[in-house]
Amino acid sequence: MNIASEAASWLTDGAHWHGEDGFPHRIVQHLGYTALTVAIAAVIAVPLGLWIGHTGRLRGLAIAATGALRALPTLGLLTLMVLWRGIGLTSPTIALVVLAIPPLLAGAYAGLEAVDRQTVDAARAIGMTEWQVLGKVEIPIALPLIIGGFRSAVLQVVATATIAAYIGLGGLGRYIIDGLAVRDYPQILAGATVIVVLALALDAVFAVVQRSLATPR
Amino acid sequence: MTWFLDNLSHIRGLAWRHLWLSVLPVVLGFVIALPIGYAARHLRRGGGSLLSVASVVYTIPSLPLLVIIPGVLGTSFLDPSNVVIVLTIYAVAVMVRSAADAFGSVSEAVVDAARASGYSAWQRALQVELPLAGPVLLAGVRVVSVSTVSLVTIAPLVGVANLGSLFTDGFQRYFMTEVVIGILCVVVLALVLDLVWVLLGRVTMPWLQARSMR
Repeated sequence: MNIASEAASWLTDGAHWHGEDGFPHRIVQHLGYTALTVAIAAVIAVPLGLWIGHTGRLRGLAIAATGALRALPTLGLLTLMVLWRGIGLTSPTIALVVLAIPPLLAGAYAGLEAVDRQTVDAARAIGMTEWQVLGKVEIPIALPLIIGGFRSAVLQVVATATIAAYIGLGGLGRYIIDGLAVRDYPQILAGATVIVVLALALDAVFAVVQRSLATPR
Repeated sequence: MTWFLDNLSHIRGLAWRHLWLSVLPVVLGFVIALPIGYAARHLRRGGGSLLSVASVVYTIPSLPLLVIIPGVLGTSFLDPSNVVIVLTIYAVAVMVRSAADAFGSVSEAVVDAARASGYSAWQRALQVELPLAGPVLLAGVRVVSVSTVSLVTIAPLVGVANLGSLFTDGFQRYFMTEVVIGILCVVVLALVLDLVWVLLGRVTMPWLQARSMR
């Protein structure tokens, strides 16, 4: 039997769909880490990005920070966090939050920047306060790009959470890391396939949401 | 610092491997993405779907792809060529879009003028559109180069040594210095390689220098 069909039978084996190590539990874990870290990152990055986009201040800094973080190797950040904060949930969470911030920040400030200046001026001219301009004009128009930031952040975290299995995080990365440790290729391939399908499914959901939020022209 | 100096030759060896594992995908990716990006720009039908395929490919997480490729191609799981193939796939996915943007940035009037003065389709593509698309193409190469240098560091998880080995080794020995030095080396390598692309851009596109000096 070749590796692909062995992986397929590993994937469809009922025993791998129950309990702690089963796919359903690992998928829920993986999605849980993703939701948690993206939520924390959003609380930090979205208000900051909106402020940068609305006021135009610190824009250079935001661009530089986004670029610098792209150069930062994720595995290096993950291992550094463990050596610094110890093994457990805190270390990978911090690393994943750090990596989710740049796309969220970029989505928020680029979204507001893309809003037509004349529209903003018109909103001010009819007597809207700055908060109203932000909440009723800028954010609704920028929403597809802001959601686009969430889309990149979620995919980034799904991918990195996989690598974080190396430093002991649960989730779907376990199949790959544990499989590599014992050279169990069917398990590695089966796990990898589930992660890829999960990532593509999440991306598709975001694509639909983004399209439905786009302002009709 | 002492650790860095004591292990300098080891780190230098890892850095060389890292450099090759990064440069090869960027160069291959550029060569492959250039015609696809050109086609995506010029094909009336199918151009848009080429770009959506590229963006879907880019959403595939790296570690899973790194272990799926040998399963698909039948290469050994620990073969360094898997790393080069996976990173080339990502490089192509990103650069197809930037190449399409780059060719899109070339003014239609200039292309029409070249056609009117008797340039063939090949001559237009190579002697007019390619040089004019150069600056945007260079920007695309720089983005891909930085992220590739950083992405190579997961390869030690599948047994392919490079600067990322300093992370796995430092983690196993609980030795923070090694991890910090690893991160610094990766960032420095990314910056050095970026500088190489910028200089290469200056050599191949000297007219940009002349314009900015005026």
